[in-house]
Amino acid sequence: MQEEAQVRALIEQVREGKLPRRGFIQQMVAVGLTAPMASMLLMHEGIAQTQTAFAYKPTKRGGGGPLKILYWQASTSLQPHFANGTKDADASRIFYEPLASWDNDGHLVPVLAAEIPSRENGGLSADGKSVTWKLKKGVTWHDGQPFTADDCLFTWEFSRDPAAATVTSGVYKDVTVVKIDSHTIKVTFAKATPFWAQAFVAGEGMIIPKHVFGAFTGAKSREAPANLKPVGTGPYKIVDFKPGDTIRGEINMNYHQANKPHFDSIEVKGGGDAASAARAVLQTGEFDFAWNLAVEDSVLKRMEDGGKGRAFIVPSGDIEFIQINITDPWNEVEGERGSIKSKHFAFSDPAVREAMSYLVDRKGIQDNIYGRTGFATSNFVNAPSRFKSPNTKYEFNVDKAAALLEGAGWKKGADGVREKGGKKLKLVYQTSVNALRQKEQAVIKQACQKAGIDVELKQVTASVFFSSDVGNPDTYGKFWADMQMYTTTMTQPDPERFMDQYLAREASQKANKWAGRNISRWTSDEYEKTYSAAESELDPVKRAGLLIRLNDLPIQANVIVPIASRPRVYGIGTKLAAQLSGWDGATSALANWYREA
Amino acid sequence: MGPYLLRRLLIAIPSLLGISVVLFTVLALAPGDPFSELALNPNVPAEVRAALRAKFGLDDPIWQRYFRWLFAMLQGDWGFSFISRVDVDTLILQRVPTTLAVIGASQLLALCIALPAGIYSAVRPYSWFDRIASTLAFVGFSLPTFFTGLLLILLFSIKLGWLPFVYRADLTSTGLTWWSEQIKQTIMPVMVLGLFQAASWTRYVRSSMLDVVRLDFVTTARSKGLSEWWVVMKHVVRNALIPVVTLVALTMPQVFGGAIVTEQIFRVPGIGSLLIDAILRNDTPVIMAVTFVFSCLVIFFNLVADLLYGWLDPRISFR
Repeated sequence: MQEEAQVRALIEQVREGKLPRRGFIQQMVAVGLTAPMASMLLMHEGIAQTQTAFAYKPTKRGGGGPLKILYWQASTSLQPHFANGTKDADASRIFYEPLASWDNDGHLVPVLAAEIPSRENGGLSADGKSVTWKLKKGVTWHDGQPFTADDCLFTWEFSRDPAAATVTSGVYKDVTVVKIDSHTIKVTFAKATPFWAQAFVAGEGMIIPKHVFGAFTGAKSREAPANLKPVGTGPYKIVDFKPGDTIRGEINMNYHQANKPHFDSIEVKGGGDAASAARAVLQTGEFDFAWNLAVEDSVLKRMEDGGKGRAFIVPSGDIEFIQINITDPWNEVEGERGSIKSKHFAFSDPAVREAMSYLVDRKGIQDNIYGRTGFATSNFVNAPSRFKSPNTKYEFNVDKAAALLEGAGWKKGADGVREKGGKKLKLVYQTSVNALRQKEQAVIKQACQKAGIDVELKQVTASVFFSSDVGNPDTYGKFWADMQMYTTTMTQPDPERFMDQYLAREASQKANKWAGRNISRWTSDEYEKTYSAAESELDPVKRAGLLIRLNDLPIQANVIVPIASRPRVYGIGTKLAAQLSGWDGATSALANWYREA
Repeated sequence: MGPYLLRRLLIAIPSLLGISVVLFTVLALAPGDPFSELALNPNVPAEVRAALRAKFGLDDPIWQRYFRWLFAMLQGDWGFSFISRVDVDTLILQRVPTTLAVIGASQLLALCIALPAGIYSAVRPYSWFDRIASTLAFVGFSLPTFFTGLLLILLFSIKLGWLPFVYRADLTSTGLTWWSEQIKQTIMPVMVLGLFQAASWTRYVRSSMLDVVRLDFVTTARSKGLSEWWVVMKHVVRNALIPVVTLVALTMPQVFGGAIVTEQIFRVPGIGSLLIDAILRNDTPVIMAVTFVFSCLVIFFNLVADLLYGWLDPRISFR
């Protein structure tokens, strides 16, 4: 295992101080791991976290006036375990807190925990089957009740109850939580789990109070008044919530961290569109902070000229990529289109897939379309350019692509379109309706034309494209096109679940109502073997090596063509000092935000 | 008139049932899934989505879901949103005040402009005033609200910096400052909607005035030596307003329905934006409730328009 050896060598370099911690994490991210996972590797190897503390300047609690935040998707729920998406999880995070959260370097930062469990402090068991969390003492809920281990236990029971249909149940259903004493809990896993920081951590770990939700579990959970009036431990207390519109909060004078928070009140306004949200922060300064500015970089730059605010760009694990269909999307085989048993007329030939990856002008797309908001990548995970993965690379070369196609027997016809055995090389390339994506489509279509491929562009409304509607032929899950493009978000810090998307059992097909996660339906024996090895591997470093291998396989087979990694783009007012993490929600460190005098 | 009213109300029942069947079927057949956002998040296992679908009864046949909805509705239970899991009536009631204030104000503004401008244009047809008013009216209803909305934002918020373009239903100030902030943030949406509506109403008032002004009884009134003001107000306007009243009454349900585009541009938390959000997320209970209330109002205001006819024109009787 060459990957494992490399990882070990890097870890030794960190131990000897030759490689900075951050450098190691960036390298790991470059080869397909996440920052939290890389950070946990170091922790496992006994290299302590070195927190790069965010400089919090205010010396007293409050006095910062109002903080005005704009989300162009309005939050609809303040119950973190019912969160429908980022907007809801971020909104709940204003009021609720987990035991620990992830900072931008992938460090685990204690919030409601007294300390981060480690081998040294006895928090982590040697067999990797349990983790013991010590809770912070003296923390109170917004209504004055003390926060104890019972609340953690209750959160676990609440979330795993199938009748409550929570969105976090995946994290809690397979773990067992027991109370050791009033401020200690032990989380036990069914099998050795190298990546233990999921339950009670970050967005899925927000703890809800037992005394408030106790009467509303299971099927009754929907009726809890606290779904709209949260009672948490967070820096701000709820004043008013209008689903789909506004959240108002006021300072929590009993917050458990000294001198925090800085703002006297908080207002989160929702709705509208990204461009005007950017305008309200960058150009008019009506708001202090805007979430997810999916706007062309040139437009952002023009707005920044106003001097009221700037775009704040945080690297994350989101990737814009093309999937190549190796099954036949046009003809029914055994009663279904795109059957896993069928073969694509062109893409079943690896040479054609390779040619396609040469036709994607990633650099051009970065320079002309994304600017600061997307970096060209050959990899499934974001990486600064100096940490290129040694195993995968990208190149834009129409001549190479043409030569490959020529070699595979696709000859140019009279109309300039290649054909083989009377079959023209005509492809349908679909994506969701989105101004940036339509430009990318145009760039790729042009290159394909030069190489003799006739590409038909297709756009599907996002609400249809991303739906799991079994009756609709245009969903991304069905993938009834030759190529498709979208952004995949790697929100979970442990890549194992992310990597299951090339397993045969996950193949998206009729039998599973196209809900399987392997949308390109590519499978390989080596992938299956490596995955099952990674699943049962206890040594985190070995496992990391296997996961890196998993990342490389589909890229080397050219069934996916990564285009750009998309950092998170926020808009912040010039005077606002905000701590943001690409590995956790936007509001995960809200208590640390302040306004410069 | 009593039996007439009763008959009209009874006719309304099958129409409403028909409307609800059509709405429900169309929504059930429409593409999309309320939990598609969860599908994109690999952290949420597919079983969670399946459990949610099963729990909210989305996998049952359409007719079962329809009757379940209908019986609940008859008992006053409007259901709850799939997305926020909040009761639908709470969601709608939260938005009624803002909708009434913004859309209501814009309709009032439209009336205040359309009536005088239309009447005066018709009294002096082809005068300078009439020509200018007609030109402006054509410009007004040719420009879509999303265009004028952005134009106003660019001018008053970005260039001049006078007015905020994000509407906040939760202003924290009190007293006079509240009023001034409220008025400042309401001006632009009200203008956009009001001027658009006024443009078309002006044309209606003018043409219906012109129809009446030529009739014999107006000549008679003039020959009796009545003052011009009296002739216009008492004899012309009252008769000319009959078709206009119908028109205004039929647009009244819009006050409830909100203005989807304008609400989106200015982030006004009205019922229009609730509806569009619900549609985008396939939140069937919310869409059903809003569209159903809207249909009830359309039917109700049709009835009101017919009754107003009788009051304005005693020759019409109800049988």
